[in-house]
Amino acid sequence: MKHALSLTVLALAALSGTARAAQPVYHAADAPEATPVVYIGGIKPAMDQGTWLHGIFNQLEGRYAPGGTDFRWDGEAWFGGDYNKIWLKSEGTLEKGRLSDGDHELLYTRSISSYWNLQGGVRMDLDDGPTRTWGAFGVQGLALYEFEFEATAYVSDRGRFAARVEGSYDFLLTNRLILQPQAEFNFYTKSDTGRQAGAGLSDVDAGLRLRYELWRKFAPYVAVTYSGYLTQARRIARDQHDDTGSVRFSLGVRSWF
Amino acid sequence: MGIQGLILCHFCGFFLMTFPSRFRGGLTRRRFVTGIGAGGLLAVLPRTSQAFSSTAVPIRASSGIIPPTPSDRWDLKVGHTRISLDGKTMHAPTVGGTVPGPILRFKQGDTVSINVTNTLDEPTSIHWHGIRTPANMDGVPGLSFGGIAPGETFTYRFKLHQSGTYWYHSHSGMQEAMGLYGAMVIDPRRPDPNACDRDYVIFLAEWTDVMPHDIVSNLKMQDDYYVFRQRTAASFPKEAREAGSAGAALADRLAWSKMRMAATDIADVSGAIYTYTLNGHAPEMNWNGLFRPGEKVRLRFINGSTMTFFDIRIPGLEMLVVQADGNDIEPVPVDEFRIGVAETYDVIVQPKDERAYAIFAQSEDRTGYARGTLAPREGMIAPLPPMDPRPVRTMVDMGMGNMKPGESMKDMDMSGDMSGMKMKGMDMSHMAMPKMEVDDPGPPPINVENQMRAMMPIDRTGSPGDGLENNGRRVLNYKQLRATRPGADLRPPTREIILHLTGNMERYIWGFNGRKFSESGPIRLKLGERVRFTLINDTMMEHPIHLHGLWSELENGQGDYRPYKHTIISQPGSKLSYLVTADTPGMWAYHCHLMYHMDLGMFRTVIVA
Repeated sequence: MKHALSLTVLALAALSGTARAAQPVYHAADAPEATPVVYIGGIKPAMDQGTWLHGIFNQLEGRYAPGGTDFRWDGEAWFGGDYNKIWLKSEGTLEKGRLSDGDHELLYTRSISSYWNLQGGVRMDLDDGPTRTWGAFGVQGLALYEFEFEATAYVSDRGRFAARVEGSYDFLLTNRLILQPQAEFNFYTKSDTGRQAGAGLSDVDAGLRLRYELWRKFAPYVAVTYSGYLTQARRIARDQHDDTGSVRFSLGVRSWF
Repeated sequence: MGIQGLILCHFCGFFLMTFPSRFRGGLTRRRFVTGIGAGGLLAVLPRTSQAFSSTAVPIRASSGIIPPTPSDRWDLKVGHTRISLDGKTMHAPTVGGTVPGPILRFKQGDTVSINVTNTLDEPTSIHWHGIRTPANMDGVPGLSFGGIAPGETFTYRFKLHQSGTYWYHSHSGMQEAMGLYGAMVIDPRRPDPNACDRDYVIFLAEWTDVMPHDIVSNLKMQDDYYVFRQRTAASFPKEAREAGSAGAALADRLAWSKMRMAATDIADVSGAIYTYTLNGHAPEMNWNGLFRPGEKVRLRFINGSTMTFFDIRIPGLEMLVVQADGNDIEPVPVDEFRIGVAETYDVIVQPKDERAYAIFAQSEDRTGYARGTLAPREGMIAPLPPMDPRPVRTMVDMGMGNMKPGESMKDMDMSGDMSGMKMKGMDMSHMAMPKMEVDDPGPPPINVENQMRAMMPIDRTGSPGDGLENNGRRVLNYKQLRATRPGADLRPPTREIILHLTGNMERYIWGFNGRKFSESGPIRLKLGERVRFTLINDTMMEHPIHLHGLWSELENGQGDYRPYKHTIISQPGSKLSYLVTADTPGMWAYHCHLMYHMDLGMFRTVIVA
């Protein structure tokens, strides 16, 4: 009896063994090895670990208004390889000689999937208003349907939280004439009257830009832009007798290197 | 490369795209350009050249004329030459001062010596593409030798066991992309069955004044940097007509954009910056090859370009394809054929009329062409056909087999876990060879370096390639290649190596099995081993895969008469296999011959020991 049982167990084991054999055992012929290949003279035959440096001004524009034209920039630059990059973001608006909405971020960027990167670092609100410092953490990448998207959460040195969501999309009218809707939203957990920030959805900066790529790296554009405060921030701005929001006709250049 | 240069390039591209047939009316003005095509006539000659110095035929580097006799000894000087072509000037590394370099002619069975002197200020190398040499003569720095230092002379010495049409190029940095390449012709020991009255090398390449590093940098920032033929609002009505309805066209577009891919992604680098050349001649320089009516003319096509596939026609003439990658095949009559980067094809034509015939080589993405003219007299110009419409990628290229567009796209999910889904073809190969050892990496991961997976890769060796199917012409395909003699090694393989060709167009990273070169180990083959390489292309582009030092015997249904190749095009969404006998020990390069794919990771070291 005992014998028969062990036989059965053996047979079962054999069966499960064949079942396992039917599942292919994956092994890559080019699997990484513990000891790297020694190349003659230390010369690597392919240089796939290069680093690159690029910078872009997505917005570099004058926003026309009868009372005075605002100047706005929004740009970023990065340096690094396929997985690790240092990323610099900067934006700001110059209105009537006063710099506002100055936001500058230095982020470490890690590629995590085909289209997405994680970003972490510091943000400085640096302009003619009071200076604030934030820790930043977010995602950036290409969403479904080729939407450029980034979402970042911030925590300030005063223990406050904020968030920013930004997206844009390129509609190709022709191969050089491109219509780009773009919007940026800022959220804060607490109001900061010094910086005209309100709790909740605080401000939005959006544009519909029609650019012509004279060549890839240089594209003048015309745009309709909107910049304004919402909810509580709107009240704060009104109390300070400031503009609460306006639609502007804008002219600018998108360029990169 | 300044802003002006870029504007110029774009305008050139614009003109080429807008008026593809601008030469049709005939061009009266011939443009002469210094450097390319004319200089250095006597800079490179075989050692035995004294004997031929009185010959009437000058050995012009880019005349396409093969030296009158073979030599077993050549002196080559690699140096910088300032070359202008089509308004684009480059301080290019060259052999003997011309692009392409001199045509080298050898005799099968000879042990040849080639002295390569480097006068550049950086290391260089020459790789003999498709030649079976000992590993230390293969010319790949890091694998074969340490390269040729500035001021040094390196002597390559090896016995030529083979004959046919081949080419050579630098394997150092990006020198090949800038002009360091040339043709090789090896006379067979036995009488050549394809000997003709006339014999020309037709060397196809590109010319640009944009530095390779800048091209790669631009692609890293924007993968479609050089593509100016995308689907747009302006092209929508045309697509709607072709698709049958606006709804269908829109659905197809949305499906592609959902996958974050472009159906118009045909070539990474285009005619926006490239001037396509034939024997170093820009299209308007119109290279001339002479014939007398009734003569047989052999044309040895070599694609020595960096990134471009060409589709070749000679309107009015049937081409008899007699050789592929240096090896004779049973002649195939065709109207057109595609040549991948690094491939060679010899064809024979027999023009009967006293008129000019155009050699028309359009780039696969149809942003330009290389052209030349076969004519009974110097200076004649043949009319050029209009360029074909550019190909558009389909479900087949996505690895979805032969599904219809609408139904399959919806089911695609690039991000989900698909490890449970097994490719039909792969299972079949397991069944066919039960005892064979199989290195199956499994479905490639979707990660930073790979953006998709071919769910149902199919055999596309019977297809002439995207954009050539059902075009009303007889177009060569891989199934038609049949060797004139059975293979030298008829043993069945004892091992199968499955490799997925992978990449992320968006980040411009390329590799095998979802990994680039620097993250992978070597592929180790036992000396004498007979191996089947199976390539599954999970990307949306063609990749010309080149194995150094060993033959790749394409399994195309011709049994023992399978063709021996050195470079094999893997079509998008396809699966193919070839056999390799690992009979020469050493470290060998194995890579995609699109140079920027190779350098960004689609490269492996093969070690035979």
